[in-house]
Amino acid sequence: MAKPKLKQHVINREWCKGCGICAHFCPKDVLEMDEKDKAVVKRPEDCICCKLCEIRCPDLALDVETE
Amino acid sequence: MAVKDYIRERFFPHMWCPGCGHGIVLNSLLRAVERLGMSKNEIVMVSGIGCSSRISGYVDFHTLHTIHGRALAFATGVKLGQPELNIIVPMGDGDALSIGGNHFIHAARRNIDLTAIVMNNRIYGMTGGQYSPLSGYGTMATTAPYSNIDQDFDVVDLSIAAGAAFVARTTVYHAKQMADILMKAIIHEGFSVVEVMTQCPTYFGRKNRAGDAVDMMEHMKEITTPIGSKAKEKNPDLLERGIFVQKEIPEYCQEYERIIERAQADVS
Amino acid sequence: MEQRIKFLQGNEACVEGALYAGLNFFAGYPITPSTEIAENLSARLPQQGGKFIQMEDEIASMCAIIGASLTGNKVMTATSGPGFSLKQEALGYAVMAEIPCVVVNVQRGGPSTGNPTHVSQGDVMQARWGRHGDQAIVVLTASNNQDVFGMTVEAFNIAETYRTPVVLLLDEAVGHMREKLVIPAAGDIPLVERLKTALKEGIDYHPYLPREDGRLPMSDFGGVHRYNVTGLFHDMWGFPSNNPGVVHGLLRHLVDKINNNANQMARYKEYYLDDADRILISYGSSARSALHVVENRRPRGERLGLLELQTIWPFPDHIVRDKCKDADSVIVVEMNMGQVMQMVKNAVDNPKKVFLANRIDGQLVTPTDIRNILRLIQGQGV
Repeated sequence: MAKPKLKQHVINREWCKGCGICAHFCPKDVLEMDEKDKAVVKRPEDCICCKLCEIRCPDLALDVETE
Repeated sequence: MAVKDYIRERFFPHMWCPGCGHGIVLNSLLRAVERLGMSKNEIVMVSGIGCSSRISGYVDFHTLHTIHGRALAFATGVKLGQPELNIIVPMGDGDALSIGGNHFIHAARRNIDLTAIVMNNRIYGMTGGQYSPLSGYGTMATTAPYSNIDQDFDVVDLSIAAGAAFVARTTVYHAKQMADILMKAIIHEGFSVVEVMTQCPTYFGRKNRAGDAVDMMEHMKEITTPIGSKAKEKNPDLLERGIFVQKEIPEYCQEYERIIERAQADVS
Repeated sequence: MEQRIKFLQGNEACVEGALYAGLNFFAGYPITPSTEIAENLSARLPQQGGKFIQMEDEIASMCAIIGASLTGNKVMTATSGPGFSLKQEALGYAVMAEIPCVVVNVQRGGPSTGNPTHVSQGDVMQARWGRHGDQAIVVLTASNNQDVFGMTVEAFNIAETYRTPVVLLLDEAVGHMREKLVIPAAGDIPLVERLKTALKEGIDYHPYLPREDGRLPMSDFGGVHRYNVTGLFHDMWGFPSNNPGVVHGLLRHLVDKINNNANQMARYKEYYLDDADRILISYGSSARSALHVVENRRPRGERLGLLELQTIWPFPDHIVRDKCKDADSVIVVEMNMGQVMQMVKNAVDNPKKVFLANRIDGQLVTPTDIRNILRLIQGQGV
């Protein structure tokens, strides 16, 4: 199976409550929390599309879209 | 994401606290349902009372938000009333095993085809942090200010002893495993129990100096191990996770169909 | 089905009425003096493709019938005093969530384990107010097998019409007494079937929006309309709300749908009331003794009459007031410390003319008991 290729991260800032689970457990440090405690993408080029952030997001606020 | 097809988006953001593990249970459950390709019309979610039970408001299934502890009793009526339906019953640890303990063991004994999810955060969250039957000895709670002297249940052992046909344990840290187990639990014909260890950073976390949601999830990783792992041999204190029981035993609604056949044969 | 004649217990008459009304799901737990209802239904329901389940406790039985009602079944449970106490929270849920169901309470003496299992009528107020919160509830009763049958059918009809739980308040004497029952031919008593929404898939369905006639069409779980059912105050889709307008509106609706239809639900029987100067008011097995007294004294020139209540709640105030307006005295005959008597006092023009003829010792109130009290009231001694 071909490796999934990242299209984009879609973060719903209204739903994100800033727990930081996505950023902390990201194996490639792609995500960070911004000054408003919302998840933001800092290093999209490092994303391996494992989607661990998406499936662990308690707020259903994060989608990893792949091509 | 396709799981959004299964939620009532207008009620989001949800009411759970930042970092509450219940949202991860919801997330994994939706993935399990999506992977099973089930129609929303054939799923009924029955819940009780507490933080966990609010999950039923967020899913676009037939939803029955009942009274404290009684979700499995309501669910038994729904299932026997219409056995074609798939019934998912998420409950908190206090809901399922304290006030609802009797219904829990009897639903297991009866082996009626329901999927019980025990969202175990070891605390009564909705009422502000009182100890639950799963808090465990030595924990702190608003009703155990000098530390808790109640021993806790082992949900897996209890479920097995009560005769549940499918028994599993997982954690919100292991969300991929959770989705996988939930999927298997839902399609299993009989009473299925999935204990999901989840975090309440707001009450359990603060009271027990367990850190934030991230710390509590790291802890789940540290204290659990797959069933039968080498690590368990070395460290017997580790909690095993995975599927403990998966057995085919007569399911209640199917058995009742045979009762109907017998009764009708008697009449004719 | 042709008309049939049977000789059976009151509890069995209740079973016959429930099956006639279309009962197809029963959940229960053993408790004397109601157990024969469960026993009989465990045999009868599966013969007709219906479901019987003995649950782990009284609470679970009440919960299970609510769940089964939501999948389109006509449902019932049966119990007695202590079990009825346990069912109250879930019964309140059925009131709030507007779930049609029938709860039979074959009364025995209380409080607590009380006087098992001797006759009592002590649960009149528990049936009315046993749950927390304001609400209205329908409570029916009966004094003989034929009426037990009829009132059971009526209970289902009212439950379906108004989307409400209905309590059938029998008592040990009625439940265990054996007498004749004529089971009417199918179709002789009209049945109310569940009103289901005609809305197609994709059309916004409001499970909690009454039609102009006040009825709320239902949609079975498993159908094309997915909605929420909760014991919280909720909007017309069933979703929780604490908006003051929604809370007020729903509570008003729950109370008004019963109380505004009290006339339609009022069932009673009257004997010799036209010229009666002394009126007995009774219900259940006590009404049999009361009727005996009336029929025994009439030929001796005593202008005695009987009003037998079959609907206890909503209490038929206007009927009681109207029937008793010309009476010199009104004597309530019941086996408790005056639960219906208080309601009669509230209803009549002059409460001072209302008296109580009761027994609270687990024995059926007899015609002699009633006669003695009538004599006392008249200053004649016993």
